[in-house]
Amino acid sequence: MISITDITRQGARGRSALVALTASSVLALSSAAALAQDFDPQAVINIGSLYEPQNLDNTQGAGQGINEAFNGNVYEGLFVLTDAGEVEPKLVDSYKISEDGLTYTFTLKEGVTFHSGEPLTAADVKSSIERVTAENSASSRKRTLAVIAGIETPDEQTVVVTLSAPSISLPYNLSYVWIVNDAAGDISSGEDGTGPYTLQEWRRGSALAMVPFDGYWGEEPTNGGVMFQYFTDATAQNNALLTGAVDIITSVQSPDALSLFTDNPDFTVSEGASTTKELMAYNDRVAPFDNAIVRSALARAVDNEKLLQAIWGDYGTLIGSFVPPTDPWYEDLTGVNAYDPESAQQMLAEAGYADGFSFTLDTPDYDPHPVVAQFLQNELAKVGVEVKINIITANEWYTKIYKAHDFDATLQEHVNHRDIVFYGNPDFYWGYDNPEVTRLITESENVASMDEQTEMLAKANRIIAEDAASMWLYLYPQIVVSTSNVSGYPLNGLNSQFFVSDIKKAD
Amino acid sequence: MLRYMARRLVILLLSLFVAAIVLFVLLRLLPGDPANALVGVGATPEQIAAAQAQIGSDQPLAAQFVTYLGDLARFDLGKSFVSRAPVLEEISRRLSVTLPLTLSAFLLSMLIAIPLGILAAVKSDRWYGLLLSVVSQVGIAVPVFWLGVLLVYVFALNLRLLPSGGFPLRGYGDPARAVTSMVLPVLTIALIMSASLMRYVRAATLEVLGSDFLRTARALGESRTGALMRHGLRNAAVPVISVLGIELSTTFLGAVVVEQVFSLPGMGSMLLLGIQQRDYPNIQGVLIISTLLVLLTGFLADLLQRVLDPRLRKEARR
Repeated sequence: MISITDITRQGARGRSALVALTASSVLALSSAAALAQDFDPQAVINIGSLYEPQNLDNTQGAGQGINEAFNGNVYEGLFVLTDAGEVEPKLVDSYKISEDGLTYTFTLKEGVTFHSGEPLTAADVKSSIERVTAENSASSRKRTLAVIAGIETPDEQTVVVTLSAPSISLPYNLSYVWIVNDAAGDISSGEDGTGPYTLQEWRRGSALAMVPFDGYWGEEPTNGGVMFQYFTDATAQNNALLTGAVDIITSVQSPDALSLFTDNPDFTVSEGASTTKELMAYNDRVAPFDNAIVRSALARAVDNEKLLQAIWGDYGTLIGSFVPPTDPWYEDLTGVNAYDPESAQQMLAEAGYADGFSFTLDTPDYDPHPVVAQFLQNELAKVGVEVKINIITANEWYTKIYKAHDFDATLQEHVNHRDIVFYGNPDFYWGYDNPEVTRLITESENVASMDEQTEMLAKANRIIAEDAASMWLYLYPQIVVSTSNVSGYPLNGLNSQFFVSDIKKAD
Repeated sequence: MLRYMARRLVILLLSLFVAAIVLFVLLRLLPGDPANALVGVGATPEQIAAAQAQIGSDQPLAAQFVTYLGDLARFDLGKSFVSRAPVLEEISRRLSVTLPLTLSAFLLSMLIAIPLGILAAVKSDRWYGLLLSVVSQVGIAVPVFWLGVLLVYVFALNLRLLPSGGFPLRGYGDPARAVTSMVLPVLTIALIMSASLMRYVRAATLEVLGSDFLRTARALGESRTGALMRHGLRNAAVPVISVLGIELSTTFLGAVVVEQVFSLPGMGSMLLLGIQQRDYPNIQGVLIISTLLVLLTGFLADLLQRVLDPRLRKEARR
């Protein structure tokens, strides 16, 4: 899975009402179920996951597993990105933005202590942000926070951040920054956060256990602790759930095993909103893909619905563009360049390719790309376009496509939240270069309100959809399976987070 | 004998040295820089340069090689690129899973294969002798992972007797769970291993049964079983032991698959993860230690053969 560095911009409100509603009604249903039965506040929740962290420091290349285990559970940020996609204050009590948008003044919550017992102070916040922007930091947030010009701490509870340019996404970006006690030192195998859980033990290759923190400032967890059990193999993980060794598995990556759980009253299968998009990226720099008519024609030649059905059955969503429903600037664009093979052929003729053409599709060697490539090969053959499938490894993808831009078209999954900004960068691997989109995306960061930002990015999104900048095939489903006596877990898992403190296990 | 041992030890160390060189070269033949894998897609050139400096992949190959050999000579296997944890420490923790796994599988397979192999030879004319050799023949053809999955299906998913995989957080601090989580993996390896081992035992026993010295012993009035026990088995043991040495090594390496099937935190899963992440220190460390263990096994098997067979000792003295 490629986690592209997130040049993410922000807009904290302005959510797609439909998705928020769906997600919250599912949550409401499951919490209603939990109310009906009593839960055991001492129960330890066993969570199966395929993403073991490589170390415990999110600025040192620990991988997505550390966000899953620690974000919001062991560490908290000044802000939190909730499971519904909202950015809300966490360790910040209140904040002010200066007129010019260049100075943010944060007042910290009172009475917050670290697991070591020390109180949270402004100096901790300063050093935590500097951990992420430090020279040796491998954090994916380093680039987005480079706009920070200085951090001052006039008193224990106040942090003043000055920026070199306005950044409407600052609170969103800060939701990725763990607040770590400045006296903690190396946190690659230990921790000192402010979250509701403390790390109990981590055995590499096996499991990581956390217990509730007695001195937590917020609401206390509804369980007696959690244990993440790590699997290297999805089948082993499914078996563990079937045999009761784990209570929840955080994300199902293949539909094959779902039938084991869907028709079984002992298990609950929930589908949340994912941000993982499967797409065919053209090299928009080279002919014939430098022609928007050709790209639109190909988009119309492929029946995405049939593809999604073939791969995921009844799960997953069609998007019509790059923006998933959990991004504030989402809009249903499946109607733009919808499936219509006849008009596809006409457009190809119009663009001078009445007899079709052929191109090489560089296909990563892991699921689901090879299957998707074959599907595209069949579909495009019907309009006279020949697809030559070239299977490559993830490493080749990185060097040949991402760095050298040496390709016609490729398949890739993009996992990040709020990543439409890639289309504003003409140097990105797919080379989409539309000055209007670049302008909209660049300027959307410097606006005064999130509504303005949302409006500009929604506009950019419509343009890339009409331009058929890439072929967006489908949005992966985000599936969580649990035993039926467990409830209260997050469904969307945005940016791999998995908040555990509301999880309840019935007696 | 002592001189022989010393000579063998020198050969062992030389082989280890050659293996270390081969490993280093092979890993560097792979295209791409491990620093890329470390910082991930989308990193800035500065981030990549910083990562290269941190892991030393910006140094010329010759310099990297000298550092590597120097560290190795001091038993320092370095630190993981990814987790920053000392490799040797991690390996010893992983070995605490892999060694008990392979050794108990090895012992169990001997317990199964030796008596059954002898029985199959002695009773090769009976239906059950024949059945035993057919079963062992079939057993050789069964892939390890398939048997593992089958055992999980029967004992974990259906009968709910044993866990389907995983290893307790506190390891052997939680002895009951540690032992139960080892049962299926050990059975998987032991059953597959005993199938091939049984064939060797049967073949060696058959050969001894047809030998002149056994006929002579019987002519001197010993019973067939008595002659076999007193004179035959020791002779049959010599070829079997060299096979055992090889089998133990293969089991150790075969544990990679079994650890994957059962999600055990052993050396095999460390190796696989290391390969996925281009974590050279981890890959090198695991392979060096594995090579050492395989060489040591061969060395011990050799010594044992010499203890059992005086003829070999004589040859060595010459």
